[in-house]
Amino acid sequence: MNTGYNFAYLDEQTKRMLRRAILKAVAIPGYQVPFGSREMPLPYGWGTGGIQVTAAVIGADDTLKVIDQGADDTTNAVSIRRFFARTTGVATTEKTVEATVIQTRHRIPETPLSDGQIMVYQVPIPEPLRWLEPRETETRKMHALADYGAMHVKLYEDIARYGHIATTYDYPVLVNGRYLMRPSPIPKFDNPKMDHSPALQLFGAGREKRIYAVPPYTSVKSLDFEDHPFEVQRWDQACALCGSTESFLDEVVTDDKGGRMYVCSDSDYCGERQKDQMQ
Amino acid sequence: MSSQPLLRVTNLTHMYGNRVGCRDVSFELWPGEVIGIVGESGSGKSTLLSCLSTRQQPTSGLVEYDTKDQGLVDVYSLSEPRRRMLMRTDWGIVHQNPRDGLRMGVSAGANVGEPLMAVGARHYGDIRQQAATWLDKVEIDPERMDDQPKTFSGGMQQRLQIARNLVTHPRLVFMDEPTGGLDVSVQARLLDLLRRLVTDLGLSAIVVTHDLAVARLLAHRLMVMRQGQVVEHGLTDQVLDDPHHPYTQLLVSSVLQP
Amino acid sequence: MYVAVKGGEKAIDNAHALMAQGRRGAESVPELSLEQISGQLSLAVERVMTEGSVYDRDLAALALKQAQGDAVEAIFLLRAYRTTLPRFGSSQPVETGSMAIRRRISAAFKDLPGGQVLGPTYDYTHRLLDFALAAEGGARAPVAENPEPVEAAMPRVTDVLGHQGLIEPSGEGAEVPGDLTRQPLNFPAGRDLRLQNLARADEGFVLALAYSSQRGYGNTHPFAGEIRMGEVAVELVPEELGFAIEIGEITLTECQMVNQFKGSKTVPPQFTRGYGLSFGHCERKAMAMALVDRSLRAEDLGELVSNPAQDQEFVLYHSDNVEASGFVQHLKLPHYVDFQSELEMIRRLRRENAEAAQ
Repeated sequence: MNTGYNFAYLDEQTKRMLRRAILKAVAIPGYQVPFGSREMPLPYGWGTGGIQVTAAVIGADDTLKVIDQGADDTTNAVSIRRFFARTTGVATTEKTVEATVIQTRHRIPETPLSDGQIMVYQVPIPEPLRWLEPRETETRKMHALADYGAMHVKLYEDIARYGHIATTYDYPVLVNGRYLMRPSPIPKFDNPKMDHSPALQLFGAGREKRIYAVPPYTSVKSLDFEDHPFEVQRWDQACALCGSTESFLDEVVTDDKGGRMYVCSDSDYCGERQKDQMQ
Repeated sequence: MSSQPLLRVTNLTHMYGNRVGCRDVSFELWPGEVIGIVGESGSGKSTLLSCLSTRQQPTSGLVEYDTKDQGLVDVYSLSEPRRRMLMRTDWGIVHQNPRDGLRMGVSAGANVGEPLMAVGARHYGDIRQQAATWLDKVEIDPERMDDQPKTFSGGMQQRLQIARNLVTHPRLVFMDEPTGGLDVSVQARLLDLLRRLVTDLGLSAIVVTHDLAVARLLAHRLMVMRQGQVVEHGLTDQVLDDPHHPYTQLLVSSVLQP
Repeated sequence: MYVAVKGGEKAIDNAHALMAQGRRGAESVPELSLEQISGQLSLAVERVMTEGSVYDRDLAALALKQAQGDAVEAIFLLRAYRTTLPRFGSSQPVETGSMAIRRRISAAFKDLPGGQVLGPTYDYTHRLLDFALAAEGGARAPVAENPEPVEAAMPRVTDVLGHQGLIEPSGEGAEVPGDLTRQPLNFPAGRDLRLQNLARADEGFVLALAYSSQRGYGNTHPFAGEIRMGEVAVELVPEELGFAIEIGEITLTECQMVNQFKGSKTVPPQFTRGYGLSFGHCERKAMAMALVDRSLRAEDLGELVSNPAQDQEFVLYHSDNVEASGFVQHLKLPHYVDFQSELEMIRRLRRENAEAAQ
């Protein structure tokens, strides 16, 4: 453990500021709380928001898991896990069930989360209305007035053009029946896992300086139409390694002649299943 | 006729610094009535319309609207959410340039459907059905509902804007030079359509125009504005056939002798 | 056989080793010292200090060395270092009116109290590659002794205009200025935060915006009222003492633009201000900043806001090169999951298309 910096890198005053923002976010589910995002030693867009949130909530007794694209061994996950291992000395794990804090980019683990766990999402663009309205002053007003009609216009257009809602990831949700929220670029496959999850879900956007949260057991509803209900992706194939037909599959190109195979994106889930099958 | 006006305007004044936008305008608009505001450009017509439709806070004076639940209420005393709800449900605004009133990047159907979705419609099939009905009413082939407005002619765009405004069944529609920028033949068709819709739906409307022919066709009553003030006010035929104020006489004569 | 993207840890270590090797270059050539960088690449050091928001030549030189001369990377290093520093206090406002002038020019007046002092500048060099520099150890032309020392009294041009009421007063700075490295930026942002943002902003971005304002995207009719460069004292009032003590000296470049303004019914016609300030000698940045500062004041001055340089949210949200560089380059990170989702959707739509066509 590197002792040149405070526990979890940030000084205690900064962590206090972050915790105040997190508490406010938990109190108003789905509302984006502006916070004094610090410049981190990792680039913006690479998880600075998630890192600050993790730094604010992590304690010496915690066990940390970091995933990117569902896997613990992707380079950015490795880099962030190392950062916390070096600055906090906390135990790290690749097992979802062992972790007390899970920082993620783009996935929610397949293994169901449980009471007392904290999910920390890295968020590139927190504002769900951004593509409709580039101005922050206007989008804040739209949230204040729950003026979300325009959001359905996009879904309407998808159906009119493709016959489906074509949004596949970062699929907008309504939290606790009030605030429209971006779940971060997780596949819509993962959206149902957010609804009434026993885990505390925290979202950090460092560059955009926003924190938001979904407290445990809170309703998270994916936007849809009554006659075009929300649905998640399905695969015709099973995972080539563990045989799962329930999990989100990554496609791996095996040659340049169209050969490909499908494997679980969640490396821990897949590994555990393979281990069980060996026994 | 109802015992209460739909809109009551009292001593409405808007100043741009020391320059007068409009001054001391008072009138009442009754349900089902169409008032035309005429005058040359710079006479304060558009400022007045902006102040009436809560797009520009007046310097002084009162704009009261007959809300469904509370009766006559000063629209500027309403909270922003209530004012927005009013704009979405009770009012419509037809801009001179359809680009200001439409989302040019989404289909015609979505343009008409959006106001419905904004007030909570969540059934795709119903929204589409209503959009088709309204496109038909404004003489746009429902076959074209998935096309973007930028592929439409100017007249079609304007009719689309009207459909978008009327789909939520407003009680009051503000129109700012609705036929401006259109060819004469297209203008005639649009005016005909507007007149029919206003009558069929029993709409109240305030129409700003510099074109006296438009005013004669659409408006029951006329207000003539000059330098920010209303110089003459009366029944349309009376004002146009027997103008009293010298400025109105000049306006009318300049139309008659092109 | 399927090989997952394993071995991330090892790959990262190796990437660092490869960069270290590249940084060092050929072992036969002596390694650069921080003194050499700070002394001989001083303008690069000063840009890194300005946009990195830390006045420390050695740290900036180190950052440049570590970043192999990549200014934006060096700025990032300095910023990340800066956030961890404890704050002992805030200095008194520096008094640029009593700057020890090394360069001071005005494009608005031919002569003025204190005179024009050209000082160091590339402005009048012919941009011809100087091959003599390629041969190390060449003799350089001696600097001529100034026949007379620079005058002590060097009033700022804006103060001269201010005495006659010809330029708007500069705003009262009574309140404590905000700090966007501690508080999130909210809109509309006050001029204090706008200036802080611009001072830290990417030079290229500010330069391009300033240029756009000159080319008709929101003209502000600027005159370079004054550009001055030199040293100012930094003073701090320690709580224990209760009076100001000098803690050091920094080099600053200040640019005060004087802009046309027609006045209104309540305000008689007078010039308006645009302000630019940088650490060290960063004249291009200070001038560009002054132009953009004035453009961003459009709304305050009742002007029509219709161009990028006048648009607060556009300028302030996109000016920071650490933010921009991070976000643009984050596209290098894996997006397998999102891409997979799109792939699945496209295949499905194509399949449905094909079925419909049959």
